[in-house]
Amino acid sequence: MKPVRFDYKRPATIDEACGLLASDDNARILAGGQSLIPMLSMRLSRPSLLIDIAHIPELTTFAENETHIEIGAMVRQAVAQKSKLVKTHIPLLAKALGYVGHPPTRARGTVGGSVAHADPSAEIALVAATLGAEITYRVDGADEIFDASDFFIGPMLTIAPPTGCLTRVSFAKAPAVCGTGFHEVAPRKSDYALASAAAQINFAAGSGVTSIHLGIGSVGDFPERLDVDQLCGTPLDDAAIADAVHAAIQMVETVEDLHATAAYRKRVATELAIRALREARDEISKDLNQ
Amino acid sequence: MNDVTLTINSKPVSGVTEPRVTLLDFLRDVAGLKGTHAGCEHGVCGACTVLIDGTAVRSCLILAVQAEGEDITTIEGIGGSGARAGELGVIQDAFCETHGLQCGYCTPGMILAAEALLSVNTDPSEHEVREAISGNICRCTGYVQIVDAILLAAKRLGQRNDAAPSDATLA
Amino acid sequence: MTEQKYKFLSTPRRPVEDRRFVAGRGKFIADLDRPNMLHVAPLASHHAAAMINGIDASAALTMPGVVDVITGAELAAAVRPLMNGLNTPNVRRFPLAVDRVRYAGEWVCAVVAESRALAEDALEKIIVDATPQPFILDAEAALLDTSMPVHPEHGSNLLLDRKFVWGPVDDDFDAAAHSLSFSVTWGRNSTVPIETFGVLAEWNGWDQMLDIWASIQMPKYADQIARSLDLPGNAIRVHYDVDVGGSYGVKRGIKHSVLVGYIARKLGCPVRLIEDRLENMRAGDAHGPERKFDITIAFDQDGTVRSMKMRALDNAGAYAGRAPFQLGKPISAIVGPYQINSVAYHALSVTTNKTVQEAVRGFGQAPTNYAIETAMDRVAEYLGMDRLALRQKNLIRKDQFPYLIPSGSYYDSGDYHAVIDKVLAAADYPALLTERDRLREAGMMAGIGIAACLEPSGGNSSFEPLLNQSNQTSTWMESCQVNIDALGTVTARIHTTSSGQGHETLVSTVLGEVMQIDPELIRITRPNSLESLPGNSPVGSRMAIMLGGAAARAGEKLKAKIMAIAAHRFGVAIDQLCYEGGDVLANDGRRFTWDEMVELAHRQYHNLPDGMDPGLASFDIMQVPTGDALPVDDKVQMYPCYSFEFHLLLVSFDPIIGRPDIHSYFIGHDCGTVINPAIVSGMTYGGIAHGIGAALFEEFAYDTNGQLLTQSFLDYLMPSSHEVPAIQIVKHCTPSPHTVFGQKGSGESGYLGAPAAVSGAINDAVSGLGIHFEKLPIRMSAISDAIAAKTS
Repeated sequence: MKPVRFDYKRPATIDEACGLLASDDNARILAGGQSLIPMLSMRLSRPSLLIDIAHIPELTTFAENETHIEIGAMVRQAVAQKSKLVKTHIPLLAKALGYVGHPPTRARGTVGGSVAHADPSAEIALVAATLGAEITYRVDGADEIFDASDFFIGPMLTIAPPTGCLTRVSFAKAPAVCGTGFHEVAPRKSDYALASAAAQINFAAGSGVTSIHLGIGSVGDFPERLDVDQLCGTPLDDAAIADAVHAAIQMVETVEDLHATAAYRKRVATELAIRALREARDEISKDLNQ
Repeated sequence: MNDVTLTINSKPVSGVTEPRVTLLDFLRDVAGLKGTHAGCEHGVCGACTVLIDGTAVRSCLILAVQAEGEDITTIEGIGGSGARAGELGVIQDAFCETHGLQCGYCTPGMILAAEALLSVNTDPSEHEVREAISGNICRCTGYVQIVDAILLAAKRLGQRNDAAPSDATLA
Repeated sequence: MTEQKYKFLSTPRRPVEDRRFVAGRGKFIADLDRPNMLHVAPLASHHAAAMINGIDASAALTMPGVVDVITGAELAAAVRPLMNGLNTPNVRRFPLAVDRVRYAGEWVCAVVAESRALAEDALEKIIVDATPQPFILDAEAALLDTSMPVHPEHGSNLLLDRKFVWGPVDDDFDAAAHSLSFSVTWGRNSTVPIETFGVLAEWNGWDQMLDIWASIQMPKYADQIARSLDLPGNAIRVHYDVDVGGSYGVKRGIKHSVLVGYIARKLGCPVRLIEDRLENMRAGDAHGPERKFDITIAFDQDGTVRSMKMRALDNAGAYAGRAPFQLGKPISAIVGPYQINSVAYHALSVTTNKTVQEAVRGFGQAPTNYAIETAMDRVAEYLGMDRLALRQKNLIRKDQFPYLIPSGSYYDSGDYHAVIDKVLAAADYPALLTERDRLREAGMMAGIGIAACLEPSGGNSSFEPLLNQSNQTSTWMESCQVNIDALGTVTARIHTTSSGQGHETLVSTVLGEVMQIDPELIRITRPNSLESLPGNSPVGSRMAIMLGGAAARAGEKLKAKIMAIAAHRFGVAIDQLCYEGGDVLANDGRRFTWDEMVELAHRQYHNLPDGMDPGLASFDIMQVPTGDALPVDDKVQMYPCYSFEFHLLLVSFDPIIGRPDIHSYFIGHDCGTVINPAIVSGMTYGGIAHGIGAALFEEFAYDTNGQLLTQSFLDYLMPSSHEVPAIQIVKHCTPSPHTVFGQKGSGESGYLGAPAAVSGAINDAVSGLGIHFEKLPIRMSAISDAIAAKTS
């Protein structure tokens, strides 16, 4: 299982990377490699040039502003997992990161790479879609920003510009009172999930629940948000949560393969979405009950 | 073809290699270090595990050219070598004590995964041990005696004051 | 039951092999480089069935580093077809497809190049003109007369169709109060080692010698290569000092070896083929049984099981391989550990357009045990009887050994009830039941799994003449040579490769025990096949018995020689002497030391007894105990020794998620005298892991186009450290009367009963809903869907 021949370049800047990408139709960005290199080894991916962005300094850092945490494309998943910024301000991502691959793949795999690769069962992509993260691509010398909730359109398929390079993923900081829930089910721990669900309930003292984010992954061609806005203003009891999830998930089409039937994925996605919401609710139960 | 110099077990190793050559194949075919093994070449079995900056990684999922500038440790860097050939590190010795192996094929990767764990967690629970090796598949042992080995190694390392796992060899 | 005290046997000792492996200094096939070595990459066909009209390799031959492209036509003209076990001469198999592709992934031609990567580049330039043909995937369909034969020359898809009737089956069914029928299917899986198969061949025209190094576990490997390449037997030299990275039966690689041997001779330089993982999964021809069991069982109201009818239909894949014999070996324990009076067994093996099977750990016993244990659970369910009590009632009792089963084998020894009692005590069975009930009350599905089964061990070829009467063979031997050199150090030779079973430790421990010298001081070497005495490699759970036996006997011969030398030296009768730790003591207090003895034997011929040869060397070639007859009336003693295992586990799962979680796992294991405790325990743990894989995760699944869906480890799921629980082994020992120390085999332990036990646990969990899972693996999706169907 040896890859086809390709060239390899290590650009020093983003724009240099984009220039290389634009110059060759068959060039690909190499970030952590944990998803790309198996495809190279199986000759499913046959690039002529790999552009290694691991050494572009601005891609490996976090940035924080008043409202957002920006994660550079090359931030390793293991680094994000240990990051205090992530734990404090993007608690849903912090929860999800423990489910991503295995420790050795988290050591090399990147936050940006996972989003750009867009595997339907990618946990990071699910969280990004659920929270409506902002995905920034650099293309033709300028930044183009995409809303994660409509960025993923198919298995390994996004609306990313083909000659652009993902530079950062930006998450809104969670409010002071916020509950999260993340659930995933796989045949073995850390396998490609058969179903996954991510939930976040944002709360403000005085206003109550301000927004509820729910997303499911692994069951369809891409992670998708489920609309449970109807839960806002309710006491978020178990019955209301179940009803809202059932209604939201009704039209979702689930895939069928060797590992699970479509019916299984639908049933379990429903159950995990309910559990994720309940977990998020339970985290802020004290505040809710006031 | 690219000129590549990698730091392997604290020594520079230079070679000419195509970009498509994985770190795994570079270690085996260019550096001549056969202890790192190929099991699947698509990043699932963990037999190819090495350490980069002390962290366990899959060498079949890294290109040799990517690894330039990184500090790579293979199984050959554990335990004694040269004049101290035949000496075992604490983790290696624990694997021998509990018979945490049979055919030996997954063993180098398993030992390095243990090394990575014990260098940051000196008193792991059984669950933490199982999590640390969850990316290393073994078909011989059922993991039981491997988990025993790593817990034993943790205990023994704890009994020596602050010895790093790979520094602590047994005479 | 007394336990003998041994000095080295049965004591905790570090296996000697471990040292090199923890240092990464094993010598695996991919570690071996020879000067000017070339690399092979095979081209796979994507059609499940096709006629090959032509192969155009002209572009490939111009690629950098490419030396040759071998086609099936070229190979078929130059080598003999690979051996079949059954009498099926028109099922011809060559390493590369000839005229016709018979399964998706089958190798059509092979590129030889300076590197594996260059060979793979060239593969992409080869054009194969093939016309897809109809294909067949289902075993029942392959049985029909109307089915398209995978081998038209053979006339049908039927490889084996044998009916056996042992005992008064019809009478027992008439007399029994009840009978029930059910079917279960063992899905196609395999033991899939982490190291793929690899082989390196080098032809020396000056010596007319073909050297072979391989990751091999195969009886008569050198012989089969010689036959296929039409070389004399002593022109093949297989190097046994290659470490094999796991095999568990499957590493036979005969097609790879003949291919590479042919290329090496043709090109005159060393040639190596290491399967990559995709090649291994799809075309390594190392799949395991895929077997449907239809069972009817006759029993009385009190739970006595009287008789069993079993039809076993196996889907062998595109060529005969070793698969059909895996229907024969289970005859050795066809009634399991139970006093079933009669059995009708119908064994069927068919070809289909799937990958070829190879011998897998247990050689068909694990699927058969799954069927038998399911039968016991069904009988208990029918009668409303406790599953454990039903088994205890039917188990062979300790006073009944040696126990003759209807198919003609004697079970040598055992105390099954004692093992079960020990396990129940260790597990605190009532507490386990309470925990199961507590989990159920908390809304989980929870079940207890029970399996009692046997590990026939020692190996024996008697299933060969049983299934193929033209194959009149009964020999299944093993050998060992021992030499004490002029400095008094001991070296022993074993004539096989090993794949983690610890044979070096086995032999040095046994020899050390017999000769009362420290096993650590005994060196074990592996000569090549031309320097070796006959053996049959580590199959059939045989090496503790056979290699241990041959080593012990070789050691006894040396001891006898030493005693004779001492007797002559001291001028006394042998019965006046005592062998003590390598020295010999006379009753009168004189001592003949080891060093004196060595000096005398090597350098003082004048002091040796008349007619005695100098030196201190011995060898032993041992036939399998009880292996001295061909089948008569469809009955024969199969393996000599029977180990016993009893599994008990608690499983639970969420009814919606359906993912089984094993809470606790106990196994009672009786393999007679244990030679090295850690090695045996390790085998058992590993066998259970394999069994959990077969029960829950692993399957070589095909789609309706005959394409293998599980082509890599992304889809073929093997248990990790999270899926194999902590396991407690409860030991018991009923020695075998057939072996020198009472040892029985343990190489298949755990695997033979775990699938049955895990399946039984899940079925126990859903029994309240009237659900039966009747196919392995039992996926979480199937569990959840079945529960949803019943509860919606």
